[in-house]
Amino acid sequence: MQKNASFKGLTIPLLLLLPQLAITVVFFYWPASQAVWQSFLLQDAFGTSTEFVWFENYQLLFTDPGYLKAFWNTAIFSTFVCVLSLSIALLFAVMADRQIRGAEVYKTLLIWPYAVAPAIAGVLWIFMFDPSLGMLARGLGRLGIAWNPRLNGNDAMTLVILAATWKQISYNFLFFLAGLQSIPKSVIEAAVIDGARPWRRFWTIVFPLLSPTTFFLLVVNIVYVFFDTFGIIDTVTGGGPSGHTETLVYKVYSDGKGGSNLGGSAAQSVVLLIMVIGMTAIQFRFIERRVNY
Amino acid sequence: MTVKSRILMSVAAFALAGATPALAQTEIQWWHALTGANNDVVVRLSEEFNASQKDYKVVPAYKGSYPDTLNAGIAAFRANAAPHILQVFEVGTGTMMSARGAVKPVHEMMKEAGETFDPKSYLPAITGYYSTAKGDMLSMPFNSSSMVMWYNKDAFKKAGLNADAPPKTWPEVFDAAKKLKAAGFDKCGFSNAWATWANIEQLGAWHNVPLSTKVNGMEGFDAVLNFNQSPVFQKHWANLVDLQKEGVYSYSGRTNTGEGRFTSGECPIFLTSSAFFGNVRANAKFDWANAPMPYYPDAAGAPQNSIIGGASLWVMGGKSAAEYKGVAKFFSFLSDVDRQVKLHTESGYLPITKAAYEKVKASGFYKDKPFLETPLLQLNNKEPTENSRGLRYGGLVQIRDVWSEELEAALNGQKTAKAALDAAAERGNTMLRQFERTASR
Repeated sequence: MQKNASFKGLTIPLLLLLPQLAITVVFFYWPASQAVWQSFLLQDAFGTSTEFVWFENYQLLFTDPGYLKAFWNTAIFSTFVCVLSLSIALLFAVMADRQIRGAEVYKTLLIWPYAVAPAIAGVLWIFMFDPSLGMLARGLGRLGIAWNPRLNGNDAMTLVILAATWKQISYNFLFFLAGLQSIPKSVIEAAVIDGARPWRRFWTIVFPLLSPTTFFLLVVNIVYVFFDTFGIIDTVTGGGPSGHTETLVYKVYSDGKGGSNLGGSAAQSVVLLIMVIGMTAIQFRFIERRVNY
Repeated sequence: MTVKSRILMSVAAFALAGATPALAQTEIQWWHALTGANNDVVVRLSEEFNASQKDYKVVPAYKGSYPDTLNAGIAAFRANAAPHILQVFEVGTGTMMSARGAVKPVHEMMKEAGETFDPKSYLPAITGYYSTAKGDMLSMPFNSSSMVMWYNKDAFKKAGLNADAPPKTWPEVFDAAKKLKAAGFDKCGFSNAWATWANIEQLGAWHNVPLSTKVNGMEGFDAVLNFNQSPVFQKHWANLVDLQKEGVYSYSGRTNTGEGRFTSGECPIFLTSSAFFGNVRANAKFDWANAPMPYYPDAAGAPQNSIIGGASLWVMGGKSAAEYKGVAKFFSFLSDVDRQVKLHTESGYLPITKAAYEKVKASGFYKDKPFLETPLLQLNNKEPTENSRGLRYGGLVQIRDVWSEELEAALNGQKTAKAALDAAAERGNTMLRQFERTASR
């Protein structure tokens, strides 16, 4: 394989890079720098008066008990959604990977929920679990189980975790299935001949060989729970009851849009930005080492 | 300019003129947040106005929910592309008026445009909410409603209650709700939509209790919330917490998404907006009626008067005199007595002028439809006081969320009612102080 494919001069490589660079600058760096700038300002909603306040927005943020609570909510929410959606998807993928009749149909059906927009997914779960409207909520009531996400924070958190997990399972399933299918059959057959049972085969051969997929999905899922679950939370609970389902990204929205507090909201997005950069860096630095490519 | 381009220009101009015959028309952009039947009202009003004269053309555009529309207006203003008229819900009033230069006060615009405009011809309980402390009208009320108590007459009969004499006071409501619970409404004896509108804002006005200093924020952004010190608030919240525990009261959320609990028959007593009537008429499969909100009989002076909800039309700043003239003409058109009568009787919005209300009353319309008069009787129950004219806080949209959070914390047993009230006021004050800093400069 030729290692050093090189261009003469800088013009062509720069030209080739230009479209991507332009998109990155216009849609990512420019807005991000605006957010950083805004986070140092105190400004009214209409932008008619502006004051540069240095780090005051950040200071206010970390003295706000609601913000610290949002951190905690995010930790619970993202841990549950990532662990549940990854493990359930892996289970489904392993099951669907076997030679069974109608496997194609199962696979297709399992992929469908991914096409559902987050807000719609939220509404679907409301229809099932709303204490007044929901079929399943009524069933729970008949079984004598107290269920009221309108007021009970744990119930509300359970509901958004379920909805967010359900939505993400199909995406993870798709990648796990592709990962499983790319594992050479010969390796597994060799293990069978050596007398390894399915459980052992899975943990010593399949799971390690699947690690690049798992790692990729872990990164993607963390980004998903941090940002894309906004629509679900907004439709299902609106951050309530009493802030029990307000995650970091939801708070950015409610402070910025509901409260017209652009400085505080920008400061939160900067914190979020740093956190996600940090977490991704940690993942690549420490977890990736244990991945077998 | 070359000859060729001049020819091209005139061809283009000719083509444009052909497409829109009235090129001299001034367009007036109207951004609103109404859907369904209410959207039809907006479109019809615009069409009627456009047909009534030919100098101006009102172009309505739907911009999403109330908060979305407000944000769209703010973003457009920041980008120098604001509409002429922006419909803003009542809780956005403080935010709108705080931005000097961003909005054009209605009283000022009407005067400059030379339109006849008598602030006294409007119902004070409605315009008061949108006026300065001195009584100058800042925005034009459009769709107004108030909070009333809806009740299920069939359920009342089933529980052995007199369906034609609904409970008037809170203790009577609690008794009725307990009887209803015993008669099979075991999940919800009574409830309400709009958690803080019902249990803070209307509660204060109806009992003539201030929410804060500075005339509920109308006289300055340095208002300090103090409703937590009121015995009425302490008693009411404590009652709600106890009754929630007993299953007599059942919380229905911060907005009106819980209203279906009334129409489905789950909650036989339900406090929500008078504008709910279209929904009730269409969906309730039982005999229903509404009545004024309950009050505590031992509170001095209660009931006082209720306050409005709904939205008003704000005129955005930085437009030309000709455009303002068009907007002013449109507002005069909206205030016309017969138009107000028609709007009120057909859509259920409250009339904004005294003359329109009197005319509907004289026509005997309310004999058949008393439920449309209930909110008006409440609003005009007494001359509004400093505590019942309305409220004006910057960032109220989010303050309401904080208040809801505290109410929820009390109802689910995390806090006592008193602790939640104190926290609601304290957290609200923190936000008011922050808003004050951006608004007062």
